Amino acid sequence: MEHLVIIGNGIAGITTARNVRKMSDMKITVISAETEYFFSRTALMYIFMGHMKFEHTKPYEDWFWKKNKINLVYGKVVNVNTDSNLVCLQDGQCITYDKLVVATGSVSNKFGWPGQDLPGVQGLYSYQDLELLEENVKYTNHAVIIGGGLIGIELAEMLHTRGIIVTFVIRENLYWDNILPQEDAALVSRHILEHGIGLKSATNLKEILAGNNGRVCAITTDKGEKIECQFVGLTPGVSPNISLIKKTKIETNRGVLVNEYFETNIPNVYAAGDCVEIKATEEGERNRFEQLWYTGKMHGEVLAKTICGKRTKYERGIWFNSAKFLDLEYQTYGFVSNVKREGENNFYWVHNSGKHSINMVFKTDTRELVGINVFGIRMRQAVFENWIREKRTIEYILENLGEANFDPEFFKKYEEEIIAKFNEENPGSGLKLKTKKFNIKKFITKISV
Amino acid sequence: MKQLQIHPAKVYTHNPSLDVIKKIGLSFVGIGVLGFLVSLTNITKSNPFLFFLLSFGLVTLGALIFFLPQIKESPSGVKNNNIFFNSFTSRQAGGWTLGIIITGFYVLLYWFPETLTNWVRLVDPLSYWLRNKAADRWFLYGSFYTLAVLVMGTRMLIKKRHNKYQILRTLSVMFFQLGFAFLIPALLLRLNQPEHYFTYFWPLKYDYLFPYTVDSLIKSGGLGYFMVFWGIIMSFIATPVLSYFFGKRWYCSWVCGCGGLAETAGDPFRQLSDKSLKAWKIERWMIYSVLVFIVVTTVLVWLNFIYHGSLLGSLSSGFSKTYGFLIGAVFSGVIGVGFYPIMGNRVWCRFGCPMAAILGILQKKKSKFRITTNGSQCISCGNCSTYCEMGIDVRSYAQRQENIVRASCVGCGICAEVCPRGVLKLENDSADIRFNRNIS
Ligand SMILES: Cc1cc2nc3c(=O)[nH]c(=O)nc-3n(C[C@H](O)[C@H](O)[C@H](O)COP(=O)(O)OP(=O)(O)OC[C@H]3O[C@@H](n4cnc5c(N)ncnc54)[C@H](O)[C@@H]3O)c2cc1C
Ligand code: SF4
Ligand code: SF4
Repeated sequence: MEHLVIIGNGIAGITTARNVRKMSDMKITVISAETEYFFSRTALMYIFMGHMKFEHTKPYEDWFWKKNKINLVYGKVVNVNTDSNLVCLQDGQCITYDKLVVATGSVSNKFGWPGQDLPGVQGLYSYQDLELLEENVKYTNHAVIIGGGLIGIELAEMLHTRGIIVTFVIRENLYWDNILPQEDAALVSRHILEHGIGLKSATNLKEILAGNNGRVCAITTDKGEKIECQFVGLTPGVSPNISLIKKTKIETNRGVLVNEYFETNIPNVYAAGDCVEIKATEEGERNRFEQLWYTGKMHGEVLAKTICGKRTKYERGIWFNSAKFLDLEYQTYGFVSNVKREGENNFYWVHNSGKHSINMVFKTDTRELVGINVFGIRMRQAVFENWIREKRTIEYILENLGEANFDPEFFKKYEEEIIAKFNEENPGSGLKLKTKKFNIKKFITKISV
Repeated sequence: MKQLQIHPAKVYTHNPSLDVIKKIGLSFVGIGVLGFLVSLTNITKSNPFLFFLLSFGLVTLGALIFFLPQIKESPSGVKNNNIFFNSFTSRQAGGWTLGIIITGFYVLLYWFPETLTNWVRLVDPLSYWLRNKAADRWFLYGSFYTLAVLVMGTRMLIKKRHNKYQILRTLSVMFFQLGFAFLIPALLLRLNQPEHYFTYFWPLKYDYLFPYTVDSLIKSGGLGYFMVFWGIIMSFIATPVLSYFFGKRWYCSWVCGCGGLAETAGDPFRQLSDKSLKAWKIERWMIYSVLVFIVVTTVLVWLNFIYHGSLLGSLSSGFSKTYGFLIGAVFSGVIGVGFYPIMGNRVWCRFGCPMAAILGILQKKKSKFRITTNGSQCISCGNCSTYCEMGIDVRSYAQRQENIVRASCVGCGICAEVCPRGVLKLENDSADIRFNRNIS
């Protein structure tokens, strides 16, 4: 029987294993050093805030693995030999594979700051980081977080719930404005300040200082400022975890290099998830890194087919992501650039409360939607995906915006107000809300023609 | 580069005076609890109203003082902070203690009512005022129950103030409890009419369609006829029709008193429901067994009635007594509420309630209601499953991009509210296209 060995029990590795099992009865072994069972990394924050216990973050009950004949090995892989098809663990045990999947995830970035390895300084990625954080907060009244972004905001919220004073130090002018357009970044920044979390913008970390007890006691910035703190969170992004693979014959760059089939340079060795660097196929394109939960899942689904003999190319569908900044929900579909690109224009609406907004980017000539950022209103992914695929114009979308609304029943609807603003800015357009509500029958007939 | 120029309208910073207010509230509750203990003695007789204020009054006032400052503490949002660190809400010592106290109260109420005589006296003034007669233990129980729904409902309104679905639903259960399960029955008594609860129907209120109840209602005249008529219409016509349009939720989380208590007083415990597949199997066995039990019992008592007891003799009364003891008292009361802090707030609704069983079959087979899953946006975090009081593993559907159509879902909407990625939406749409997977 063929033996599939997967290194890493994160979403990419596990999705591969589960989907292979659906199609084949080959022997499957998943090795991981972090936790015995698959858990949801995205839920780390909720464990720390007491919303959930670790066991709640496991998407499958423990009996699931045995029932589906997926062997779990709890241990660290220290060596991979692609000549003899061997994977060796720290405890000396070696496992032979026929096919190998590398799904080792990411590691938190550290940029060589002085003092970055002091006690009380850490990133947030793994379950072990969470345990370390639990220890570190015992010493903490004031925390500084370096680098904004999606993990930074989670760390800030986590510390905040423990009554710790939190200050962000970000290079950008507004929170996450290297990704978000100005209006959106301003909305998020205001929301952060409202929660009593500090923001030091356009500031760079210079040095992390130790106190008498050997733990972090302050940081200094490029503005000559010294900020006293007992904890420093480093969240300036993540990089592919290739420390193991770098030592092997498997080709790496910043990540494990793969083609669009997740194949590495070695036959029968594949990689998926956060750890991969997908090679560009066209001139002028750059290699891609996809470090999200959703993409890890999609990688695994596609790769499973290839492993089971149905070689399948990875086609990334229409881009989407969703996140939460404290109480503020955020969704994005298509592509919204932080600075306006040529040939593109945008329409922005924000509610008086500053807690609901949409930012729609469209092509100036064809008026088709390129992407949308939404805060504080839930939208239907399927509807937007369809609109973008069908190259619908901004006018069409606004008139049918009700169809995309995914807010709970009885929630205030903003479509009329949004359209009124558009009409005001575009005299003569005279748009009217046509579709107020989603209807599954209509939608299905529409997408099937 | 210029510094950030953004000023929020309001900044929520830690405010120590709010902590003081909350402590005052808690002390009132503490003194109120002492008031209750003292009131167990004969001392109550001297001035029932004074002791009523010292017990009921102080606990209510204290609780409100404790809940209200939360509005000023932080912006409104999903704040389930520390729930699994709190001894009362994470099945630790506090939870067990609370469970034992509530269970103990039910045991005394059902089987040793004489121990509560002095508490009954506390609500005498209220009883006279409302019903023009002395209180009994059931009036005491009703008062506790209604007050719990109102006070904890207020807590819910504050906690969920950003969510209109939750606000309306909570107001609805508070309204039905106060009006239809407390004031109207009292008023009916005052007017020498049968004490009737218009929001309870067979088979939850199983004896409403038992022959002796029907018989005595009809004998009582005009209003009695209406009560029988109402009961039949609600059980057999309104229930399927409303469930078709709105799902089970129209009753379980908007009207029902048991549901009302679960959604208000029980809210702090919703995360304790068991989500395992095993629990789901047990649930199906139990709830449908109870349904069969009550249907058989009802048929037997009617046959017995029609044949004047000659056919089945004591069999039917044996059945009905057993049902009343095991299901009516032990299950729905003692375990149903007493075990909130141990097994979650919907133990009865999930494992025992025959009304929920019927509503569930209707919801599963013929209804427009479903929880829609939003494309691939689920991050498998588990918040939805954790906070589902019915122990539904919502995540297992959401991560497969499948809609949730489950008999037990009471449509409380909490899974949708706690989801950090906007994945879930309760909605009524076409009844034929419900289960469909990934529509994109
Ligand atoms: C706090 C946080 C919040 C996030 N929130 C979101 C979100 O909301 N939405 C979203 O889309 N994404 C989110 N992400 C990103 C998302 O979690 C990752 O993209 C995803 O988990 C990556 O999955 P993976 O399977 O590629 O790798 P991982 O989940 O990192 O799994 C890799 C596993 O391999 C193990 N491993 C590595 N090397 C070895 C070895 N030598 N031997 C044995 N085992 C090894 C690691 O210990 C790890 O368990 C978040 C990430 C973090 C840290
Ligand atoms: S599935 Fe959602 S709406 Fe239904 S009972 Fe559970 S939490 Fe409530
Ligand atoms: S709460 Fe939302 S994101 Fe989390 S598991 Fe449930 S549906 Fe998925």
